[in-house]
Amino acid sequence: MVKGIEKFGIPVVHMCTVVPISLTVGANRIVPTVAIPHPLGNPNLDAQEELALRKRLVDKALHALETEVEEQTVFE
Amino acid sequence: MSKIKVVHYINQFFAGIGGEEKAHIQPELREGIVGPGMAINAALGDEAEIVATVICGDSYFNENLESAKKTVLEMIKSQGADLFIAGPAFNAGRYGVACGAITAAVQEELGIPALTGMYVENPGVDMYSKEVYIVATKNSAAGMRDAVKKMVPLALKLAKKEEIGEPAVEHYFPRGIRKNFFTDKRGSERAVDMLLQKLGGEEYVTEYPMPSFDRVAPAKALADVRKATIAIVTSGGIVPKGNPDHIESSSASKYGEYDIEGVMDLTEATYETAHGGFDPVYANLDADRVIPVDVLRQYEKEGKIGKLHRYFYSTVGNGTAVASANAFSDEIGKKLIADGVDAVILTST
Repeated sequence: MVKGIEKFGIPVVHMCTVVPISLTVGANRIVPTVAIPHPLGNPNLDAQEELALRKRLVDKALHALETEVEEQTVFE
Repeated sequence: MSKIKVVHYINQFFAGIGGEEKAHIQPELREGIVGPGMAINAALGDEAEIVATVICGDSYFNENLESAKKTVLEMIKSQGADLFIAGPAFNAGRYGVACGAITAAVQEELGIPALTGMYVENPGVDMYSKEVYIVATKNSAAGMRDAVKKMVPLALKLAKKEEIGEPAVEHYFPRGIRKNFFTDKRGSERAVDMLLQKLGGEEYVTEYPMPSFDRVAPAKALADVRKATIAIVTSGGIVPKGNPDHIESSSASKYGEYDIEGVMDLTEATYETAHGGFDPVYANLDADRVIPVDVLRQYEKEGKIGKLHRYFYSTVGNGTAVASANAFSDEIGKKLIADGVDAVILTST
């Protein structure tokens, strides 16, 4: 899906937990996330902390979209 | 010993009847050899001979799949065949589907050994290579000699019920069948050998080939994210509560397009996941944990991003065929372009 959309020329950032799969399928901008059932959240945190966590991840994703890449890049 | 009786199937084109304008012709049985049957018969040598040829138009077969299959099967049965060969179909799609369908039916319903041949991208390969032996051929009839050379020995082996070797050796598409056998080296040794070969730049043969994935060059970065329209796409199966489009929990056959105009936050009451491949509890409680609508809305308000796109797209990435995913993303990509979306955040679970 990542490639299928990116081939139209729009940058796609893949936010996922299993980075090796993302690398295998060929995503170019990858942001590692928290866990498979809740990639952008953590139910163990309180609501404020969880929102802050999600903001940090989205910030990384936006940063990735603003960054030119030549090859597959994982934005830790 | 009497010769093995072979019935051969070809389409209207290889029978010399005509091209697309004759693709609607109904099944026809002819005695003896027609068209590419000459080359096959020659290669069969003294052991076997083509006694009859069944011909059918490609369009007719594909548009009347069940009835055409039935008629063709009766024709083949009437000849008392010991072996059935279809094609080769090379990269002709409908012909490949016909060859695959008949080969599978002959094997299944008549219990007669059967095989066909086609090019790797022929849709018939995807559809039938697990059921029947399909020999890998070149993509056009220029590869006939090569195809016959590979198909005939395997066909004779099947007719004589001899043991069939590995796909690479016998030139057929892997059928996904695992065979247990003893080797003198255990797995760890073989793995280390393979690793050493790989590191040394030598050729090696994997024991478990991974599916091949093609690549797309990275798209240009956004000049200014504060001016960009960003869309959300997910394989995490987030859908409005009740899953209105009935997206399947695995092997999804579709995706959904959902309007989030005015939606500031995804809540337990309004959204859930349709995904069957992970524990849905956390996503059902708060779907923002899978697609960050709440944060992107806030950023939109604060001017950190230009705009959150009005629709998000969702499917279930759980055993979903690569071909399906490609089809979905093709449609989604076109819509995003048409809507002037600048970038995509795609989340996966």
